[in-house]
Formats: sequence, C-alpha cells, structure tokens
Amino acid sequence: MRNALTIARREIGAALASPVAYVLFGAFAFLYGYFFADYLQSFVEAGMRMSQMGGFSGGTLNVNTDLLRWLMASTAVLVLFLLPLLSMRTVSEEIRSGTMELLLTAPITDGQIVLGKFLAAFALYGGMLALTGLHVGVLFWFSQPEIAPVLAAYLGLLLLGAGLLALGLFFSSLTRNQIVAGLLTFGALLVLWLVEFAGARGGELGRVLAYLSVTGHMEGFARGVITTRDLVFYLSFAAFWLFLARESVRSRRWRG
Amino acid sequence: MQPLVQVDGVSKRYGKTLAVADLSFGVAKGEVLGFLGPNGAGKTTTMRVITGFMPPSEGRVLVGGLDIAEAPVEVRRRIGYLPENPPLYPEMEVTAFLEFTARLRGVPKGGIRPAVARAIERCALGEARKHIIGKLSRGYRQRVGLAQALVHEPELLVLDEPTAGLDPKQIHETRKLIRTLAGERTVVLSTHILPEVAVTCDRVVIIAGGRLRAEDTPESLVARLGAAQRGRGTWEIETEAPADAAEAALRAVPGVARVEAGPETVERTQVLQVEAAGDRAVATDLARALLEAGCPLYGLRRGGASLEDVFLALTTEEAEANGTGDAAGTPEVAEEGS
Repeated sequence: MRNALTIARREIGAALASPVAYVLFGAFAFLYGYFFADYLQSFVEAGMRMSQMGGFSGGTLNVNTDLLRWLMASTAVLVLFLLPLLSMRTVSEEIRSGTMELLLTAPITDGQIVLGKFLAAFALYGGMLALTGLHVGVLFWFSQPEIAPVLAAYLGLLLLGAGLLALGLFFSSLTRNQIVAGLLTFGALLVLWLVEFAGARGGELGRVLAYLSVTGHMEGFARGVITTRDLVFYLSFAAFWLFLARESVRSRRWRG
Repeated sequence: MQPLVQVDGVSKRYGKTLAVADLSFGVAKGEVLGFLGPNGAGKTTTMRVITGFMPPSEGRVLVGGLDIAEAPVEVRRRIGYLPENPPLYPEMEVTAFLEFTARLRGVPKGGIRPAVARAIERCALGEARKHIIGKLSRGYRQRVGLAQALVHEPELLVLDEPTAGLDPKQIHETRKLIRTLAGERTVVLSTHILPEVAVTCDRVVIIAGGRLRAEDTPESLVARLGAAQRGRGTWEIETEAPADAAEAALRAVPGVARVEAGPETVERTQVLQVEAAGDRAVATDLARALLEAGCPLYGLRRGGASLEDVFLALTTEEAEANGTGDAAGTPEVAEEGS
C-alpha cells in the first residue's frame, strides 16, 4: 500500500503542476453551475405556479425529489464526458516519456503501479466533486432537504467515477498516445451510455443491455436508494477494468 | 566465488526477431563490467532482462543467488538502473524526484533525506537541487538519472550508455564517478565507445548480433586487437590540397593496399587515409615517399582503431575459432522499445 501511495502522491503532484487538472476542474465547475442554475430556476418557477394556484393542485414540491435528484443524474452524464480527460494521461504519459521503465524496474508490483495511478485519479475526481458541495450547500442554507438521499447520490457518483476511471486507466495503458487513450475511453463510455437507450426496447437482450448501462445504475443513487445490485455493478465494473489494466501493464514487459 | 550476477543461457525474442541469443556470463562482486557492442547488438535488451524490466524468452538471471523470475521485487530492490534515456519527470524538482525514487525503492522513511543528500553530493547536483528537471541541460539530466539509480545504495548498478550525449568534461567526471563506485558496488555498464571500456572497466563482454563474441579484461582485449591488427594498419596523412600527386606517390609504396582522399579542409589541406600492410615501420616509408614526391607533410598519425575495426578483428577471430561463419550479419534490432 505504501508503494501505491508513493505513486499516487507523485501522480497528484504532477496533475496539479500541469494545466490539465485546472482546465478540467474549471470546465466541470462551469457546466455543473449551468445545470444547477437551470434546474433551480425550473424548480422556483414551478413553485411559483403552485403557490399561485393556492395549493389546489394537490402536490407539493420537494427539494430532494424535484431538484437534487435530477441534478445528480445530470452530473453523472457530465462526469461521463469529462473523466476520460482525467484518466487518459495516467499510464500513456509514462510510456511515452520512458518513465515507465523506472516504475517497472522499481521493487514494486504491477498491481501497485495500477492501484497508485487509480487512487490518484480517484482523489482528483473527489476534489472535482467537492466543488459541487458549494451549490448543494446553498440549497441546505435556504431550505431543509433530507441529507441521507444527498449522501447516497454522492456515493453513487463516487462509484460511477471509480468505474469510469478504471476503464480509462486500462485504455491509457494500451498506448503511448494520450489522445488515442482518451478517444478510446470516450468511445467505450459512449457505448456504455447508449446501451441504456438500446435496453429500453425491452426483451431479454434489452435487459442485459440495460444492466450494462453505466449511468443507468446511477438512477437509484440519485433518488437516494442504495441497492446491492447497483453497488455490485459499480464495484465489479471498477475491479474488472483495474484487473485488465494490470494485465496490460504486465504484458508490456513481455513486449518490451 | 559466487558471482553477484549470473546470466544463464538468456535469449530474448521480439516476435520473430532474435535480439539476444543464448547469452551467458557472470559478474563478480565489486567488479565493473563493460558491455561493448554496436548499436542494435542487444545491449539494452540484455540490461533490461538483468534489471527485471522484461523476462527473458529462455534462460534465467540470478542476482545475489535469487532468480529474477521467482523473486522480482526482492531482486529489483538490489538494483539501480539508468536506462539509455534517463527516466525523469520533467515537472518535478530534482530533490523531490530523488525523494520519490528513494521512497519507490523502499528506503525507510527516516533514511530518505540522508540518502537523497548523499546522491546529490555524489553526482555533484548541489547547484541544481531546487531546479525543475525539465529545465536542466542534458548533462545535468544524465546526472539526475545517475543519482536516482544510486539513491537507495543498490548492490548492483546497471548503466545503459551512461556517457551518451555528454560533453568531454562531463564524460570524464562520469567515468571518474563510476570508478569510485567500483569495489563497493558492482557495476554493469554498456557502451559502444572502446576507450571508455579501457578507462572504466575491469572486464569486458563484447556482444554483436545478440551473441557473445568475447569476454576478457581490457588489457588482453587491446593485446588481442593489436595481434589482430598486426600486418595491417591505417594511417592518416595530411598534405597540401589538391593531393593527387601525393596520392600517386603513396600508392607506389610497397604494402599500401588502399589510399583514400578526404575532403579539402578550410586550411586548403587534405587528409589521406592509407591502409598499408606491415608494422609501424611503414610510416617512415610513407613519409619518405611523400617528401620525395615533393609534397609537404603536415601530419602523420596512426588511424584510430575504430570500434568497427575491433569488431571485425575480434568477431571474425571468434567466428573462426568457433568454426561458424556468421560474424556480425545477424539482423539488427531497434533498441528503442515502445
């Protein structure tokens, strides 16, 4: 674990020393801010209409179910599009610059290299998500939403990110070109996102496809519902790609 | 005595290309072993196998009695490796980078600072310690590369072309540093420069085409080279340009096999490469012939024994001894891995 943390620490330092992390954080903050403002405005307008009708419509608005839920689900899609930028350079850059030779001749295992890289990317992603605490905090300031569903949604976002980063790490370990790694990751994620729509057509195959949808499993979390099914999906998804990434690093030794 | 490194019948294939074929040699503790060979001879591949970067296709490597394939992490802990292109993170400060590599090599927490300080001292990096690696000159980068290989005080240092790309002063310093390491550490270094081997190494392993061609001390290597070159030598003669008359005069000297005129220099002189049979006495004959023809003689010296000459001399000799015809004709392999 010490070895993995050593690698993770250097990795985070490198990311914070390059503009990539800041550009990514900035882009995320901007897009998230836009979503937030948009959903908040719709929510407020709906609230106004309801109060004009004097409560005769029968329903009431709830910050958890009518605002945060949709915001969190949209965040999942945003994350899907942005995380390839975070994962693409992790291994590719080491291969390109020759520092992979340093790591592969150090007294550490291939698994520790992959784990270190993963932890670093995950920590940066955590920092990125922390930015949204500002917006959500505003809601808590002016309203009294329930905290538990919000925490569940964040847990879901973290698990989703873990899965996406693990997949990105694998594609990054395939090539010395980080752009290629990024595009491969993006393409794979696009497929894993679109299967949700393909899955909606129903049938046996449809159910399989719907299960494979990376964002589909976010819906429960966004509503504040944690199911074993979703937990197992994300954890096994991350573990699967991390395993492949380790094998890919290992095979690099044989290929030279 | 049990050697520190034992390379045992190692072969390495990249697809169908055979980069290293059945290589066996040992490195004794405290020895500086020079690994000599032309580009593409399999030097880098062999070093990568020794350092545990890649497993061999066949054979095995023992370091301190441990098989790399069986205890990779334990073996790599004992090795410091400087690849041909120093593996550096350009965005890091020298000190931070060395601390990272020390930690990576398992130096205990309290020992990291002293270890880094020692490596900086050794490699004369004091001035650059707070500099960003990406902004350092080539010579400094090479020194940082050497420092990262040394930082955890490994028993075995593997240096791939440690002086490549350095200026003469830096080359001299690097060789001196390597010499000071000898005795307390075991060093395996590769080079394609013959004098480097003579200056720094206790023993030399020559490979070409992925095969072992010779294994000897530099002294006996030079002696064998001398023996191989007896009866044939090259001479460089500088004379006035155009050198047509001089060329004709030299050709007439008995024993001269070949005369080749070089390009005219800025000083309006020309250097002639003369290949002549016979020992060094032939130099007098060459000079006399030139002066008698009325051509000025500005310089005369024995042509440098190029690596190619050594190889031709040594490898053909080895091939004859082994009864195999194929000397250096094995296909070359690009050493730049992906």
